[in-house]
Order: sequence, then structure tokens, then C-alpha cells
Amino acid sequence: MKILLAKPGLDGHDVGVKVLAHGLIDAGFKIVYTGLRKTIDEIVDMAVENKVDIIGMSILSGTHLVLAKKMKEVLAERKLNIPWFVGGNIPAKDIEALKKIGAVQAFPTGSKVADVAAYFHSIKITA
Amino acid sequence: MADQKVKSIKGKTAKELNVKPVFLESGLEVNPVYTADEIKESNIKYEMPGEYPFTRGIHPAMYRNQPFTIRQYAGFASPEETNERFQFLIKNGQSGLNVAFDLPTQCGLDSDDPRAFGEVGRVGMSIDTLADFEIAFKNIDLDKITVSLTINGTAIILIAMYVAMAEKAGYDISKLRGTAQNDILKEFIGRGTWIFPVDKSVKLVVDTIEYCAKHVPKYSPVSVCGYHIRESGANPIQEMAYAFCIAKAYTDGALERGISIDDFASRLSFNFDIYGNLFEQVAKFRGGRRLWAKIIREEYHAKKDSSCWLRMIAGGGGGGLTKEQPENNIVRSAYYALISALSGTQTMALCSYDEAYTIPTEHSAEISLRTMQIMIHEMGICDTVDPLGGSYYVESLTDKFEEEIKKEMKTVEKWDGIINAVATGKIQESVSKQAYEREMGVQTGKVPKVGVNIFTREEEAKDVEFHPYDPKGADTQIGKLNKIKASRNNKKVLTCLAAVKQDALDNKNLMPSIIAAVKEYCTVGEIVKAMKDVYGEFKEPIFF
Repeated sequence: MKILLAKPGLDGHDVGVKVLAHGLIDAGFKIVYTGLRKTIDEIVDMAVENKVDIIGMSILSGTHLVLAKKMKEVLAERKLNIPWFVGGNIPAKDIEALKKIGAVQAFPTGSKVADVAAYFHSIKITA
Repeated sequence: MADQKVKSIKGKTAKELNVKPVFLESGLEVNPVYTADEIKESNIKYEMPGEYPFTRGIHPAMYRNQPFTIRQYAGFASPEETNERFQFLIKNGQSGLNVAFDLPTQCGLDSDDPRAFGEVGRVGMSIDTLADFEIAFKNIDLDKITVSLTINGTAIILIAMYVAMAEKAGYDISKLRGTAQNDILKEFIGRGTWIFPVDKSVKLVVDTIEYCAKHVPKYSPVSVCGYHIRESGANPIQEMAYAFCIAKAYTDGALERGISIDDFASRLSFNFDIYGNLFEQVAKFRGGRRLWAKIIREEYHAKKDSSCWLRMIAGGGGGGLTKEQPENNIVRSAYYALISALSGTQTMALCSYDEAYTIPTEHSAEISLRTMQIMIHEMGICDTVDPLGGSYYVESLTDKFEEEIKKEMKTVEKWDGIINAVATGKIQESVSKQAYEREMGVQTGKVPKVGVNIFTREEEAKDVEFHPYDPKGADTQIGKLNKIKASRNNKKVLTCLAAVKQDALDNKNLMPSIIAAVKEYCTVGEIVKAMKDVYGEFKEPIFF
């Protein structure tokens, strides 16, 4: 499985996303990382270009709902069916909200790398 | 002891004694016992606080006359709220405030930029034009407060606004005090609010140093942050080494402009992290202080002692705090405060115990404040200078740290210096690998963390909480911006922006033209755009 890890919005905290990148590589996944401060359009471009199976967005500044809605819009506009998930400072009440918007999963800070890897091993992606 | 035949453990290694080996986070091995044999006599016998090379502290009596400054952080969404807070502080006899800015201001975007959507006023005050500064500082006597601007990528513009505001209000800027974080090189390693290519970014920092040295000599234009580098995964040796390399890069730039080392070195300050092994941190600061003094005197030939001082804020410790059993963070922070005081810091700030997952309450902020006050008033921490001085262990480790920081700085030289090491992602790559190893160490239990992987108990998972975001606040801010754009002299605005661009092309110091531009209410975004037209943008090397 090939995973795009993305930093949307203006938040520059990338320790967590890089830790996850290392962890998922060690768990046997292919990882593409966008770098900081990408727009949702740029992220989707990279996802298409790299033919990834799933997109992950790391957001720590509290803008996750705004950016998740934008992701849903952009994918719909471009008629793409790439699954996506969110990680970062996500309050419990927002996990359901994110799933309602369209995220397949949300991993709040403190999630164990092993658990995240196990999740991706468990799901079948049929994009 | 495991082996009864060993009579004395003097000079013995862990292996010889058949005890388990102990390594510090920095990788240094700790001896089972330290004696006079492990320390340099010349250091322990003759070093005195307040005397070069200042290993034991930069002042002779340190906290006896005045304890370290307590400075807690606070962020407010709008210039109006910031102004209220200033008024409150002054009424209560306080004299300083750290100002945090929202991400659009930090990244050089105006509030109405599409990329700023959802971010305006979220993590700090939103600044579009000088008008926002004028609201924030309305009826505030700038002689009576010191303002610390937590800003980096757009620091040159915000410092220009501070100076412009003071000039317009009739202050003598040669007496104006205050500080700015303005350490762009660490932003490329951690935090990420860079805008321009690395070399141009450093040029802008040097512009502020040059301008301040000549016109605002009491202002501290740069605070070099080892803190964020450590939080990004660097070990304590690298934290100091990279910070010193960064400070040297700014210093070299200033010297190239013909400024004398003694005219600005004493205005440089540092911001360091304090979590981890107590003795390792204390040695880090003592060894670092000695090395920095030697660098400034021996390499840069500073005459004034104050140029050689490693002035610092040592605090925070966020990287050591946990979401699990969060009350334990109160205890951790008390140890961190002790580390900071035993290290001879000038200023201290502590994270609140609940900061990892929620908005610190007034109660948790008060506990942090009381932690520092208990230490000052009940523990005798201010009674005598450098109380750990002379400890075989701490002195030996201090010598080791001086050596090891120097070695790590040589490694950066091998990468063609810090500017190149950051531009190519060499440092980012090495610290992010370490961050991963460290995190996996905690997650697999190799690195013990109380309440996380040892002595755990069933507890309800702590939820994260944010300040409620106010979209109306963003609309108000955009409304103000539109009003300014309609009422300012737009012809003058264009002339000023062209002048900024021309000065950038001519490689001149941009401070004067930016001060002129902000006085005409050019926006942060417009000025950044003028600079980008000439400098381009940083291309982030993708490393993890």
C-alpha cells in the first residue's frame, strides 16, 4: 500500500508526521511526504501523480474540520475516489465529525505507531 | 555490588564492576562514581561566577540580589484583546508580555488571503497593518513595558512596525527596549514558518541586527532557539551545537556589515529546553556557557565581558510532559524548574501540566507560577551561586559537554556550515530520525516514562481541547483590513512597495524601506510579496 502523508494549512509542526512516516516504512508501507504548507489542491495533485492508495493529513493547529471539508470538496470536484484520513490534535468529539465529512479514520495525538500500522494492514483499499 | 572482590570503584567502568551501563540521551556513558581524577583542576579551582568564561554564571552574585525573571506565555486573538491584557498587566505592576501571532501573520499572509482561511486569530494575534499594532498598544507607555514578539519569518516587518509605531508616537527609538524571537534558521529545522530561501532569510535577520545596533541599541533583535530544535528530535549536545552554529551565522553576517562584535553580541540571547536527565541538562548549560564565552572572545575577539555572556531563557519542557496521568507533569515541571535554576538561567517559563491536551486553565497556570515561587522562596535556590559547582560528576560532565558541543559544531562545518546544512535538509534528516527512535523507545518501553510505559493505570483517555475558533473575529479583521486599504494613500503604498523591491534588488538593508512602507499602511502580505518577487521562496527539501 502506498500512503501520501500531507501537511495541509499553515501549521509547521512536522515531528509527528515524520515519526509516522518512519514507522509506516518500517511496517512495510510505501510513503510519499508532501512537505509543509500545501493546499488541498496541491495535495490531491501529488496523490494522483504518485498513484497513492490513501491520503493522510497531519493537522495540529485546530483547523482539521475546515481542511477536511475542503478535501471532500476537491475530491468531489475532480471526481476522485481516493480514501483519506486525518491525524494530529483531534478532540474526541471531532473524530465522528471527521468521519461524517468523509475521513476513513482519525488518529489523535498519542496514537501508537504500531496501532496505526496495524490499522492499515487490516483495511483493504479498493480505489 | 555484584562483585564483592572489588574494593574500590574508583576509576572503574560499569563493565569492570559488572553493573549495568548507563548512557545519557546525548550518548555519553556515565561512570558509576566520579572523583577528582575525572575533572580538570584548572576549571574547578579557578572559575568564578561573573568572570570569564562564565561557566558558573554570568553575574557574580546571580540570584542573591534578584532571582531569575518569570515570564509565562500567553496568546490573544485580536489586537483589541492584547491591548486589554496590557492594560491589566500594567495595573498589576507587571512589565513584560510575550506576544504570539496567528499563522497567517507568521507566514506572511494577509487575513483575506485564501490560504489564511480558518487560521485568522487562531493561535495568536492577527496583524495585517500598522493599524493593528496601534490598536494593540493604544494608551500604553512603551517606556514602561517590554514586549517580546514571538515572530520569525516576518520578523523584519513586525520589528519595523514596532519601531514605526514608537516613532509616530514621538518616542526616542534609541531608548526603545524589547525583544523579537527572529531566529529563522531554527524555523527550517522545526516549527516551519519559513518564507524565503535560507541565505536571504539570514540576510533579513542580519538587516534587523544591523539596524538595531545603529538605531535601536537597547532592542534585542534575535533570540536563538535551541528549544525548538530539541523538541524536533535533537539531543542536548546537538541542541547547543546547532544553536551556537546559528548564532555564529548571524554574527558573521553582522560582522560583514562592519558592525563591531561588542556593539551587538550582548544583545543576542538564547532560548533552551530543560527536560530530561537533571545532571545532563545542568552540564549542558554550564559547558555551553563556557564554550560560548570562548567562541566570542577567542574567535571574534570581543573585548567586553557582556559580549561573551550566554544570556538565556531556559524553560518549557513540553517534550517531557505526558497526557497520561497529567498531574505527574506538576512534579516533572518542578524538577525542570530546578534544572533551570541550577543552570543559572536569566529567565524561566514552565509549561502548564495540562498543556499537552487542553487550554491551560487559570488554575494550572497558577500552579506553574507557584512552582517557581516555591523554589525561590522556600528551597534556598537563590542563596548561593552555582550550588552544583565543584561536584565531581557535574564538573566532569560540564567538561565533556564543552568538548562534545564543539565536536558537533565541527560536524556542521563538514556539511559546509549551518546555512547549507539547513538548506539541503541534513540537519532535518538527522533530528527527525532521532525523534522517531526516541518515540519508538517510549512506545516500546525502552525509554522509561512513568505513567506511560511503567507504573501505568487504567485511566480515561484525555481529550484535546482548543480555544473555540471565532469566524466572526476573522470577518472583523478582514473588515478592518478593507477599510484601511480604502482609506490609505494607495499611490504612496505602491511607491513604498517599489522601494522595498528596489532595495532588495540592490541588496540594501531593508529595514528603512520597510519602516517607510508600514507607516503608509502597506500590509504584511504586500511587503512579503514585494520581497518574494526578488528573493523567491524556500524550496523545502523533503526529508523524514
